[in-house]
Amino acid sequence: MNALKRFLGIIWVLLSPAIVGFLAWQASDKISHASEATKSNVTLQWVIILIIFIPICIGLLIFGFYSLKGYYDHLPTSSSEITDY
Amino acid sequence: MSNKINSEKGMGFVIGASSVGTLIEWYDFYIFGMLATIISKQFFPEDSGTSALLSTLAIFAAGFIVRPFGALVFGRLGDLIGRKYTFLLTLILMGGSTFAIGLVPGFKTIGWAAPILVLVLRLVQGLALGGEYGGAATYVAEHAPAHRRGYWTSWIQTTATLGLFLALGIIILIRQGQGVEKFSSEWGGWRYPFWISLLLVIVSIIIRMRMSESPMFAKVKAEGKTSVNPLKESFGHRANFKMVLLALFGAVMGQGVIWYTGQFYAQSFIENICKVNFVESRNILLVAILFATPFFVVFGALSDKIGRKWIMLLGMLFGILAYRPIYKSFLEWTNPANKRDMVDVSKTTKSDPLATVDAKDKKKITVAIKYDSVYTDGAIYSFTKVDTLHTISDYTGHTASIGYIIANKDNPNQLDTVLAKAKAATGVVLSEGTSYVQVEKKSAKPGVVTEKTLDSSTYWKFILLVFIQIIFVTMVYGPMAAFLVELFPTKIRYTSMSLPYHIGNGVFGGLVPFLGTLIVEFTKTADKPAGDPLAGLWYPIGIAALCLIIGTIYLSNKIDRNVMD
Repeated sequence: MNALKRFLGIIWVLLSPAIVGFLAWQASDKISHASEATKSNVTLQWVIILIIFIPICIGLLIFGFYSLKGYYDHLPTSSSEITDY
Repeated sequence: MSNKINSEKGMGFVIGASSVGTLIEWYDFYIFGMLATIISKQFFPEDSGTSALLSTLAIFAAGFIVRPFGALVFGRLGDLIGRKYTFLLTLILMGGSTFAIGLVPGFKTIGWAAPILVLVLRLVQGLALGGEYGGAATYVAEHAPAHRRGYWTSWIQTTATLGLFLALGIIILIRQGQGVEKFSSEWGGWRYPFWISLLLVIVSIIIRMRMSESPMFAKVKAEGKTSVNPLKESFGHRANFKMVLLALFGAVMGQGVIWYTGQFYAQSFIENICKVNFVESRNILLVAILFATPFFVVFGALSDKIGRKWIMLLGMLFGILAYRPIYKSFLEWTNPANKRDMVDVSKTTKSDPLATVDAKDKKKITVAIKYDSVYTDGAIYSFTKVDTLHTISDYTGHTASIGYIIANKDNPNQLDTVLAKAKAATGVVLSEGTSYVQVEKKSAKPGVVTEKTLDSSTYWKFILLVFIQIIFVTMVYGPMAAFLVELFPTKIRYTSMSLPYHIGNGVFGGLVPFLGTLIVEFTKTADKPAGDPLAGLWYPIGIAALCLIIGTIYLSNKIDRNVMD
């Protein structure tokens, strides 16, 4: 299972920029195709979506990196494993 | 922990006091979303309906987006000064801002100050909600005996659904009591749910003032072991931050989309896509919620015996597999082409024609006629047929009735005189009598189904399918509080669990209706102007599937009995 966790880490690391890229492409496409009347609303919608999802994708990237490095091979069983820095 | 608290009676008080406040916070938060259409009309310029609705949606989204910030602000406070005073503060902020929204005059009265005030108050609501849930769940979990933590915390989980139930019930009661027109006016009944909140919050504050601090936090505080910097300890140290990320991507993200699909997207889909009428679409949700809510406690209790992980992940799996068939059934059952029962011609009614003169082009008059087709099984489908009259000269009359002559559709040699009731423009008083117009051209469009009342059998089938979706919600949400509490240590628990919870629910879940609608928009083409109404489901299905994979592989099903550390 640990090997699978590490392998999937690569997927999450790759998935994260892929999602950001897809969203940015969609944003650009939809904004450029919006009519003059709706352009400001469409732009606002996509700016909101990008602002929300970029930090989350960074979180997914870190999650993938931790997986890849094996930090999820063992999950803490006691709080002392979390709080003893 | 004292025996008193461990007793059922003591826990009953802890649960009651925590739950009532959380329920009221959810109620406060939901009424805004449920009244979004009226709010957009009241607080935004009248002549731009679309932009008003979008603005309200933006405010709605802002309400959700700001929740994670509330989680950070109040989570930090809760880990520094204690659970009790922090969630007392969130309650006051939520109640105060909700009541104040009910007092803001409309756009007509104070102009752009109205939407700005509403936006600010909505942000305060979101901030307060961000701090509430983590506090209540932590507080209850830290009182509960280890072997029944899932059971006791699941009561907190019912509050989100019961808050929705309360909000829906109050809105429907006031709307039916007042009538639609009065309810929707500037100082009409839509404001009452906001004002009622003040009363509910005062009662809840009195109850919460009687509560004592969480025994675990009190112990940590007495030993001088509280966190100095909860934000840094929660997110700045890898050992804890990796658990925050795991909680978000392996559990809460999927839970958020399952929850919002079952309780919000379902109702929006039934009303806006299936065109089931306002009251019936809400009643379907109310009845489904009523029957499904006890299952939060059932699955919470079950998680004490078999673990939290698989119950939550099974709920996600069921949602992934069932959503498209469920929503496809909604569409098929309300498609007029699929109605086998003949229309009962004797009961089909036709409204008087209603004429509206175009504000800019006075030669253009639209005439709407509403037909109510009653089927033999009791279903009523309302069609509205709109004809556009192009007159020879500008219409300048101000009479209650507009008359015109057209050729009979069956016998073109015969002429018919039609009298349509005139719709008065804002500020115009119509006089008695009829003004006749000469029609140069008439363009007719086919009737559009505008509203449906379901037959009894379909109505109950709808309730069953919404009920099934809420059962999925109870599976993923019932054990969630206990699961989150057990992931993090006491001294940074409030901060650590609040952030993933509110990103998962506020962002991933809260945006289900918004992104679902957006995805449907993407599928609209010239050949298929309505698009694919089921396409919006790919968002919750995709997120739940990702979460299911991560949860299955990374999460442990082991219950951490000792959360005292």
